[in-house]
Amino acid sequence: MTRYYTEDHEWIEVDGDSATVGITDYAQSQLGDIVFAEVPATGATLKKGGDAAVVESVKAASDVYAPVSGIVTDGNGALEGDPALVNSDPEGEGWFFKLTLSDTSELDSLMDVVAYKAFVDGL
Amino acid sequence: MSEDEELEPIEILELPLGDWHRGQGARMVEFAGYHMPVQYEGIMAEHLWTRENAGLFDVSHMGQLMLSGDGAADALEKLVPGDISALKEGRMRYSLLLAEDGGVLDDLMITAAPMGLYVVVNGAVKWDDMGYLREHLPDEITINHMDDRALLALQGPKAAEALARVVPGVDALFFMEASSFFWGPKTDPEPLWISRSGYTGEDGFEISVPATHAQKLAEALCAQAEVKPIGLGARDSLRLEAGLPLYGHDMTPDIGPVEGNASFAVSKRRRAEGGFNGAERILKALTGGASRKLVGFNVEGKMPVREGAMIFAGDDQIGKITSGGFAPSIGAPIAMGYVTSAYASVGTTLEAEVRGKRVALTVAQTPFIPHHYHRRGKAL
Repeated sequence: MTRYYTEDHEWIEVDGDSATVGITDYAQSQLGDIVFAEVPATGATLKKGGDAAVVESVKAASDVYAPVSGIVTDGNGALEGDPALVNSDPEGEGWFFKLTLSDTSELDSLMDVVAYKAFVDGL
Repeated sequence: MSEDEELEPIEILELPLGDWHRGQGARMVEFAGYHMPVQYEGIMAEHLWTRENAGLFDVSHMGQLMLSGDGAADALEKLVPGDISALKEGRMRYSLLLAEDGGVLDDLMITAAPMGLYVVVNGAVKWDDMGYLREHLPDEITINHMDDRALLALQGPKAAEALARVVPGVDALFFMEASSFFWGPKTDPEPLWISRSGYTGEDGFEISVPATHAQKLAEALCAQAEVKPIGLGARDSLRLEAGLPLYGHDMTPDIGPVEGNASFAVSKRRRAEGGFNGAERILKALTGGASRKLVGFNVEGKMPVREGAMIFAGDDQIGKITSGGFAPSIGAPIAMGYVTSAYASVGTTLEAEVRGKRVALTVAQTPFIPHHYHRRGKAL
């Protein structure tokens, strides 16, 4: 399994042509207390860079973008009852959705963990 | 001015406590032209701390003005609908700065101080306010912008006991009263102007302090076990729960006092006598009602409904949300907004549209969280 990152602070963990998506620890720390998360419905078609989910902190609503194109296979239902999971375990239990990738070559444009860390350090 | 100069970006200004906030771990954002702390440990924790203990807010971005000269109160009454000439020294009043047509240019606090009228205006519009006041007040009235002073607010149920340890005697003040106090070494004390007032719905104080001594005072207050510094994020969620409007959002120049749920700011004598900007329109709305009203909403479910969301009764758009978010002390989203008056009574069910989806709203009694002011004459 390989984990990739976007400049919009999503992570995607890929296993063959299926993947899990969430927001990074940096993203949750910037957003602050998460009070609501809306995940996409199973079966939804996502386009790379398009709106995929919504995360709301006390202060503001933010979009979560699809790191790659694909079909949603699962949304994290646990976030409905406990949106703060995104704060406490953003890169684990606080995942947003799973999808089947439609074009694995789209991963080529994403960052690996080292590149992402350098990207965040430069912000 | 040359073209090059015109293209200079507007500089974001630094407040006296800017570096102190950074040292306390604040995340700074630009607000009202200043670098300001939006949060320290987190909005939720800071909000709840203030409701249970005492929170220290830096509101030095707000404009502190002193209007002085003979007849200042009478002159100001042309521009605000409150009974200012009857204010006794040390008493304060919430009021509204009115445009010539009666629209609300700002909401403000006016206190009768020994030197004149001490007026606190919103940071985002303070330069406009000062220009407007200068233009519309007679030349004999002096307007002193006290930009050499910082403004701190200490809010919460434990604010009085914490502040009284640092500034003995402040606990003698009641809600909406103010006085001067001295603080620091007896040989060289600093003059503070302290009022028992605030913007959280809790008991608390607002403290005007010379900018040069603001950090020392902030440190002395934060050394009290009950006190933590609180950012703008929690200030907004606290005032929303308290049902207090935010100027520029819940009140704007095209809204009058009656629509803005601020009829109480039109004093009895002024209702009888008029003589303020827009009096005809405002007095008519007081008796005949306004076509729209600012109301509070409980929001069904967990999804926040925020500023700008349209409000519907069936297919008809009948209003708009002006403030909204998650209410930490309630554990659910709440909002404020304008609706056509027919839909303004408490209990009316409506819908807001958020990202193409309808969310159920119910017009709520405000404040959402009861005010805990230390009022004179109230049994303890």
